Amino acid sequence: MTSVRVLVGTRKGAFVLTSDGKRDKWEVSGPHFPGLEIFHMKGSPLNPDRLYASQCSDWFGQVVHRSDDGGKTWSPVSNEFLYEGIPGTHQWYDGTPHPWDFRRVWHFEPSLTDVDTVYAGVEDAALFRSTDGGMSWTELAGLRQHGTGPNWQPGAGGMCLHTILLDPSNPARIYIAISAAGAFRSDDAGASWLPINRGLKSEYIPDPDAEVGHCVHHVALHPARPNVLFMQKHWDVMRSDNAGDSWYEISGNLPTDFGFVVDVHAHEPDTVYVVPIKSDSEHYPLDGKLAVYRSRTGGNEWEALTKGLPQRDCYVNVLRDAMAIDKLDSCGVYFGTTGGQVYASADAGDNWSAVVHDLPAVLSVEVQTLS
Amino acid sequence: MIRVRLPTHLRRLAGSGAEVTIEVSGPVTQRSVLDALEARYPMLRGTIRDQVTQQRRPFVRFFACQEDLSHDSPDALLPDAVAAGTEPFLVVGAIAGG
Repeated sequence: MTSVRVLVGTRKGAFVLTSDGKRDKWEVSGPHFPGLEIFHMKGSPLNPDRLYASQCSDWFGQVVHRSDDGGKTWSPVSNEFLYEGIPGTHQWYDGTPHPWDFRRVWHFEPSLTDVDTVYAGVEDAALFRSTDGGMSWTELAGLRQHGTGPNWQPGAGGMCLHTILLDPSNPARIYIAISAAGAFRSDDAGASWLPINRGLKSEYIPDPDAEVGHCVHHVALHPARPNVLFMQKHWDVMRSDNAGDSWYEISGNLPTDFGFVVDVHAHEPDTVYVVPIKSDSEHYPLDGKLAVYRSRTGGNEWEALTKGLPQRDCYVNVLRDAMAIDKLDSCGVYFGTTGGQVYASADAGDNWSAVVHDLPAVLSVEVQTLS
Repeated sequence: MIRVRLPTHLRRLAGSGAEVTIEVSGPVTQRSVLDALEARYPMLRGTIRDQVTQQRRPFVRFFACQEDLSHDSPDALLPDAVAAGTEPFLVVGAIAGG
């Protein structure tokens, strides 16, 4: 019997939502790690009971937890993220050089091929890898040291490496994205990297077509077609058909192309989801109406999905890692809001309902499809 | 025997009670107490002081005998009462709203 497990990271702890394949009745467990920010949780695709959780606080810093029983119990693993060599500097908000300084893990990405290997995207932006289930971490320093690092600068949320995509057809290929540096690709398992930002245009940086400096909010791919990438940039929804070598805009008829999340349907590589947010200075839906937009044409033509979502007085945000999609035949879509709601659709977005209404602000949502 | 009192989040992480006891050989200083604490509870590494610089995290304070010792040298001797185990060394999360 199939079921789903939704992993929700919030400002004040983690929550695990579980349901059978119908996804109409839910059990909620938590808060796990009560009172502490959980930036992200994710499970191994090889062993779904192996989960990682990123806990951080301004008081006590970063702690990494691992569960080997699907989130029933957790144990701390290594929180030692040491930049390789002399870290050097990146740009600070005012353009002055600023030393690289570890702050937190934004995203875990467990390996598709080895259960003990997991990647961590951190702030200040860098990519780390563990090959022992999180007991130790090593920086893949070729990313930070490939040459453009001194020109990277933080977005408002910090200089974070927030997206890690592993190519299921090519174990040597990894995509990552950094706010505000852009997207990068490695074709040698993380040893060397190139910026892949051609075609991005960002009016908020001195050279709108610069090689780096773009505030990429999130990137998604469909595993059956990993050369096609979908990006929600600060402004603009973008697409690449050549593994990031070049990008073109697919915002089309979206009412606003600012936003944070982007994701792809489990079975339809050209069906894409975003949640438009009013603007870079007003982080809430247009006109107080929460809507997911879906394109079934790989972009440009978008339809609003609103059934079951609040259509008045809604002023929440949906953060970059707060949307996930399950793999059941009727594809489930989930997203969390800064207002503490987690919405679920068991029919690819046509109908929505709130699984929970009153959690702390949701930072991240991941879903596991279990059998 | 040195008594160390931990804040709630660190108690949960360490799986301990409010107060733990550790043995310190040699001079009883912030550094030697925290070294012994982290040796006994390795999951606390990085939560009280930076793993590289060994500096106290900004929102963590050290109190003992009604004194704020946060800005003392990590190698300064702690009060005799802490060294004797009659008073605890307090690790405190600084007050902050929200």
